[in-house]
Parts: sequence; structure tokens; C-alpha cells
Amino acid sequence: MSNLAFREPSFIADAIRIARKDLLIEFRSRSGFLSAVVFALLSLAIFRFSWDPTAVRSTLLAPGILWVIFTFAGLLGLNRSFNVEQVDRAMDALLASPVSREAVFAGKALGNFVFVMAVQLLALPTLALFFGLPVGPEWWGVLAVALLAGAGFVAVGTLFAAVASNTRLAEMLLPMLALPFFVPVLIPAAQATSSLLAGRPISEVLPELKILGAFDIVFMAACALAFPFTLEE
Amino acid sequence: MTTASALDARATPVRRLPPVDWLLVLSALAVAGVVARATLYTPADAMLGAVQRLFYVHVPSAILGMYVACSVMAIAGGLYLWIKDDRLDRIAESAAEVGFVFLTVVLVTGSIWGKASWGTYWAWEPRLTSALFLWFLVLSYLVLRDAIENREARARLSAVLGVLALLLVPFIHMTVYLFRGLHPEPIVLKPEKPAMSPEMLSTFGFAMLAFGLLFFAMIRLRYQWATARDARAELEQA
Repeated sequence: MSNLAFREPSFIADAIRIARKDLLIEFRSRSGFLSAVVFALLSLAIFRFSWDPTAVRSTLLAPGILWVIFTFAGLLGLNRSFNVEQVDRAMDALLASPVSREAVFAGKALGNFVFVMAVQLLALPTLALFFGLPVGPEWWGVLAVALLAGAGFVAVGTLFAAVASNTRLAEMLLPMLALPFFVPVLIPAAQATSSLLAGRPISEVLPELKILGAFDIVFMAACALAFPFTLEE
Repeated sequence: MTTASALDARATPVRRLPPVDWLLVLSALAVAGVVARATLYTPADAMLGAVQRLFYVHVPSAILGMYVACSVMAIAGGLYLWIKDDRLDRIAESAAEVGFVFLTVVLVTGSIWGKASWGTYWAWEPRLTSALFLWFLVLSYLVLRDAIENREARARLSAVLGVLALLLVPFIHMTVYLFRGLHPEPIVLKPEKPAMSPEMLSTFGFAMLAFGLLFFAMIRLRYQWATARDARAELEQA
């Protein structure tokens, strides 16, 4: 048995441990994940009835719907990620543990990333089914877009979830703070998805993928550095 | 050191504000002068007609509201996180609020101009879209400040948002340029000579000065008000 009290702090191991803790709570309660999945599937069904298939082709409409639903289902998960730490002031215990604040942020973001990707993995086939989209190798490209967009989304979203959890409005405030920051994620993601579903090669969506990649790098670093400032000293 | 003297040392000195802010009056007169000069002495645009005169409000507001106010908000926020001086937070707060007013003026005058020259009040065009998102960003900054009661937490969290907003702007810019443009290219700050008649250019120069003065006077007044509010909060806590 290893002696936990004298272990060397390790950024990646700490982050994975925190993500594992969050996902374990999520897996045992299933409250957040279930509501996000039901929300995503219900919204897909409802959007289907706001659409006239004779007027607009499904490949033109589906990407926008996919990314709108991704955003709002993701926000449900993000709100949850710091609410669980407020029960019994668990956050204080987390901060008192020998784990760097940046590792806490990375762990929270990693847990949220798994959460939004799991919702997306259920939403993508449902989208294809409900909107009669062609099924083929272009979906690998869509998956790559989803991974890049998801990384930037959770970096910014996790930081603002931490900010919002310190305010009077809490859950109400998160969309307002985070949505402007999601613009450079959602617009390129929706445009790239649209081109890929129309059968274009992945080389044609490189400008969008570059913006997504650059956003991921800049905001993962910036949000990890900014996170300690969102905590009370 | 006794408790009373420790409080005295910490408290912001309370200064009585003058009943009339002369700088604000002066800048209002300057703006009125610019309006008179723009409507009475400056020739109207050959193609756009009288509506082109909105230029003298629109462009100074855009420069002050988008570039100056947002940079001050972000830089003061970043410095606050570093040296934790309350004055920096009050500067950021004042710049954001006054900047929001100027940004609203940019959107409204731009819309009216757009109706006259493009035939529509709103178009999803890169510059308009960027300006709109910037407006939302500053609005969310103000709502965030409003949602936090503890003064230290308010300063710290809003500074985080301000600094991240500065990083976001280039990304919004890149994203919206994935669409094509409709907005005229910069006219005054071109590398070659500005494409305007000399009368128009001098009126624009006066407008820039007058609105710059108004902008500064408004921020100064808002800052004085924030100082008085914080001093009062300290007295109430003592």
C-alpha cells in the first residue's frame, strides 16, 4: 500500500483523479447525465417539427441544430460541475489537499469533457436517424470537429462555471458569461460539420479546424492560469 | 495601533463632489458645437446625402467605445489581479459602463446608416457581428458585477472576465471573417490620404476631440461616484 500522505504531487495524475471522482459521482447518481441526454434527444425531436423538409435540405439544417443542442446540453453539465463541490463545502477540502489549483481545473475540465462527449456520442446517431442524414466515412471528420470544439468548449465553460458558482445568480449567469466565448467554437464547428455532411473533403474545412485548434490552445492555457483567481483565498 | 486609526488609514478619503461637473458641461458644449458644424457648415456626402453626417458620431463612438473602453477595462482588470488596488477596479468598472453607452450609440447610428446605404437596418456582416458580440460581452461583464455582493470577489471575478475578453476579441474577428464583408473599409486611418474632403476631415477631427472629451468626462464622473460609493460602504461597515 502506498503512503498517500507523502506522495509526490503530479499534475496529470491529480487531474485524472479529480476527473475520476467527478465522473464516479455522476455515474452513481446519473442525475446530470440523464437530464442532459433527455434534453438533447427531446430537443432533436422538437426541432424536427419546426422544419419543412421540402423547403430546406436536412444536411443544411442539421449542423446548426446539432451545435445549438450541444451548447445547451453542455451548459447543463457545466453547471453541475461546481455545484457538487458546494455541498458540505467540499471545495475547501479539495483546495486544502496537496493538489495544485491548475490540476483541480484540469481535472474538472477533463470530467466535463467526458460528459459532453458522451452526450454528443448519443446525439450524433440520433441526429442522423431523425434527419435522415447519409451515413458514411464523413462522420469521422464530424467526430474530429466535435473533439476539437468540445475541448475549447469545456475549457471556457469550466472556468465560467467556477465564476458563476460564486455569484447570486449562479446557474442563470453561466450562459450569459459563456455564450459570447462559445462563438468562435460554434460558428466554425457548425460550418465545418455542414461542409463535411455535404460530402466535402476534410482539406476544405482546414480554416475552421485551425480556428478551433488555436482557440483550444489559447483558452486551455488562459483558463488554467485564470482559474486560481476565481477561488477565494 | 488602535482599531480606530487602522480604520482611518484604510478608509478612502471622502471628498465632497462639486455640484456641477464643469468638464462634463464643457464636453457637452463641444459635442453641441460639432453637431452644429456637421449639419450647417460641412458639405453633405455626394452619394449618401445627409445621413453621412452620422459618420461624425458613429466613428468616434466606435473608436472610443470599442477600442479605448474595452482595452482600459481589460488592462485595468489584469493589473488589478496583479497588484489588487481598488482604484484599478473602479477604473475598469467606469470604462465598461461608459463604453457600453458608446457601443450602444455605435450600433444604433450604424443601423440608421445601414438602412440608408444598404437598405437594411441589420446585416450579418463581419464588423456588425463583431460589434454586436462586443456589446454582449460588455453587457455580461456589467451583469456579472451586479451579481456579486462582496466587493473583493466582484473585482477579482470581473477582472478575470475582462482579461479573457481581450483574448476572445481576435477569435471573434477571425470567425466572423469566414463570412464576406459589406461594411466600408476604414476611411480615416488609411495608410494613404484619407478619402474625404478637407472640411469633412476637419469636422471629423473636431468630433473626435469633442467625443473624446465627453468620454473622459463621463468616465471621470463615474469613477468619482464609484469612489464615493465604496467610501460609504466602508463607513457603513465600520
